Amino acid sequence: MEACNLQFLDSRLFASIRGYNCVMRGLCVSVVLAVLSIGCSSGSRTVKTASVKANKDRKVAPDFALQDVNGHTVKLSDYRGKVVLLDFWATWCGPCKIEIPWFQEFERQNKDRGFAVIGVAMDDEGWDVVKPFAQERGINYRLVVGNDSIAQQFGGVDALPTTFLIDREGKIASVHIGLSGKRDFEDGIQELLQTPGAGNASGNSSVPAVLVGAK
Amino acid sequence: MAGKRGTELTAKLAVSLGEGYHVNSNTPHEAYLIPLKLTWTPAPLEVASVTFPKPHDEKYQFSPDQALSVFTGNFEIVTKFKVPADTTSGPAIIAGKLRYQACNNTMCFPPKTVEVKLPVEIQ
Repeated sequence: MEACNLQFLDSRLFASIRGYNCVMRGLCVSVVLAVLSIGCSSGSRTVKTASVKANKDRKVAPDFALQDVNGHTVKLSDYRGKVVLLDFWATWCGPCKIEIPWFQEFERQNKDRGFAVIGVAMDDEGWDVVKPFAQERGINYRLVVGNDSIAQQFGGVDALPTTFLIDREGKIASVHIGLSGKRDFEDGIQELLQTPGAGNASGNSSVPAVLVGAK
Repeated sequence: MAGKRGTELTAKLAVSLGEGYHVNSNTPHEAYLIPLKLTWTPAPLEVASVTFPKPHDEKYQFSPDQALSVFTGNFEIVTKFKVPADTTSGPAIIAGKLRYQACNNTMCFPPKTVEVKLPVEIQ
């Protein structure tokens, strides 16, 4: 997966004493805790966000099996034949919340053309926070709670939002890391929807849509 | 570091964030946001207070209408410990954890916890 390689450049976990002046009663100790220096190394992992990859360059997306809010298993492979927007997000992620209304709109506009959004919530608290958030926002697409395993399967998802566009054959056509432009998603989705699914022009397949709080 | 029984000890944690990044302050404006939090397992010392600097409000590309309460750049968190008068003298390790959640203008990173260990000689 082409992605921006994010890493902590420096994190010292143990205390070291530096030369601060002691002005308080007792001994003043200054501790260098951690230097959070998060850099984006362009290196060999760059992201194309403005277009989908050529078909020959697409790799098959990893399959997964995660639970939706009702405990039903959601598998990516169940969506073969549909174009899927797979969004890794979290309730504490501000940029993610900008994109969610776009995805709700995409779901409404394109679900009858063989398109689906799946939101993978990466909140440690799971459904305790995701369910009320989804109900409050009226999220109309399928949500699952993710984990470290799925993040690793998809190349090490660390930054949120990270959004994949997956074609009807289950291959990753594009990756968007961070807040992207709505038009970038729209163009990619429309391009992928042009390709009919095998045996069915619209790519429809029977996938139960269990929603948390659709409006 | 050394502390006499019956006195106070002050520890300053210096945090340095890379340019363009911020962490939520200890008092974010929204309930969904993960606050900066410093906790200690202070035994044999006692925590008297943990003082954060004053945060500032910033608007970001992803939050143009609602300012976030954040820390950026370099800042210090000050903890005051009490050294109980009846505690045993000798070496001790005071363990702490700093939990933070960082973002830049377009993306956010999962919350992380950094461990801190302060060696103390109780006199």
